[in-house]
Amino acid sequence: MQELIQAAQAALTSKEAAFIIGYALTPDGKKTRPFIARTPDEAAKLVFNHTCAHNLAVYLTRIAKPKEGKMGIVAKGCDTRAIVALIQENKITRDQVYIIGVNCSGVTADVTLPFGADNLPSKCIMCQVQVPPVSDVLVGTAAPYDKPKDAVTERMQLLEAMNEHERFAFWASEFEKCIKCYACRQTCPMCYCEQCIVDKTVPRWIESSASLRGNFSWNMIRAFHLAGRCIGCGECERACPMDIPLMLLNRKMGMVAMQQFNYRHGVNPEEPTLVGSYNMQDNNEFFK
Amino acid sequence: MNFINDDIFMAEEKFEPKITCFVCNWCTYTGADLAGTSRLKQQTNARLIRVPCTGRIDPVFIIKAFESGADGVLVSGCHPADCHYNTGNYHARRRWIFFRELLKQVGIPESRLHFSWVSASEGKKWVDVVNGVIDTVRKEGPFEDYHKVNTEFAFPEPEEAVCS
Ligand code: SF4
Ligand code: SF4
Ligand code: SF4
Repeated sequence: MQELIQAAQAALTSKEAAFIIGYALTPDGKKTRPFIARTPDEAAKLVFNHTCAHNLAVYLTRIAKPKEGKMGIVAKGCDTRAIVALIQENKITRDQVYIIGVNCSGVTADVTLPFGADNLPSKCIMCQVQVPPVSDVLVGTAAPYDKPKDAVTERMQLLEAMNEHERFAFWASEFEKCIKCYACRQTCPMCYCEQCIVDKTVPRWIESSASLRGNFSWNMIRAFHLAGRCIGCGECERACPMDIPLMLLNRKMGMVAMQQFNYRHGVNPEEPTLVGSYNMQDNNEFFK
Repeated sequence: MNFINDDIFMAEEKFEPKITCFVCNWCTYTGADLAGTSRLKQQTNARLIRVPCTGRIDPVFIIKAFESGADGVLVSGCHPADCHYNTGNYHARRRWIFFRELLKQVGIPESRLHFSWVSASEGKKWVDVVNGVIDTVRKEGPFEDYHKVNTEFAFPEPEEAVCS
């Protein structure tokens, strides 16, 4: 990882970047956690390995923008999609970020278990960006790895095969578990609203108690707000302490974007956002 | 204490669906008004909520309607190219393309949520659309799936918030 540390130190020394958002080892040395290096010395702690599953782009909208220099960030290929998406949504500009792209060989789904074909998140199984498509400096090597069948795709098919009552019952049993911790929102790089709709109390649109009614509206609205914007990092589902399969909703919205609009968010920084624009030729068949 | 078993009476009564309609001020609301002033006959299950523009209809409104016991929802506004604010209905349409699919994914069938374009001069069309929606939802029966969500696990609303 010397390459990564050198790149980070060079950016900090030359004052190109005010800080580097990256990964460092946890105290037990087994996993990694998000870490912000502000000096070249601190940058020596940066690491990158199979447990770097986090999408650090979430910090770009949470952290105070530096007065001088750019926000440096260590980004895997999939994370750069979130960065491009934020540029598309005018939350940041390209020249505010200094991207240290890391060539990636896959991350673990469960960071406590060893890396392998049976411990891969959906994003790595479907990955097409082991080499980050955008970066200011590129480090590391991308090794091929075995990709098993994608579990989310299989669950999508199961859901597809259900009738509406079964599907509703399925989601009722899932949403019933939700404890309204909002980890799914906090960890999502695209959930950057200064005041989230679920925190609004006048009027209170979404019941804030963890009742089934409030859980239904919360999870539906969260998924809807990410429609055409979700970049599929899977962080929401990974963060959910109740293991609610949120990707089954996000994936569906992504499929609509792909099938009806041939659109993927976070690919082209120049492209207007999908839900922020319109086309007179949009599907009009469902109107009476 | 209530000694009458309501359920027996309810079962004999014919099911009448509650339909919440979100209509835009400039076209559909005016169209519905025209239907009224023209004395056109329509079923009375629809409750209209007037909003400035279809673009103002946040999907959370539709969820709120189901939470409040609606059996079906109708959303209606100006025809494409007719929007009072030029593009509000185009933006709305794009959002609903997603929202419909999302509802289907969680098991809320299409028969519960309807969309139409009704202009200010289409009083007759409004009557046909509303009657059609009411008939469809009546055939489907009460939206029991969502009613269960509303009652079984929800905390009761404070007294003053209840208006019937
Ligand atoms: S909704 Fe989930 S998968 Fe989509 S961008 Fe947010 S955290 Fe990532
Ligand atoms: S759930 Fe919606 S309102 Fe809340 S932070 Fe995410 S996008 Fe914003
Ligand atoms: S992370 Fe899971 S439990 Fe927490 S609010 Fe989101 S869906 Fe609910």
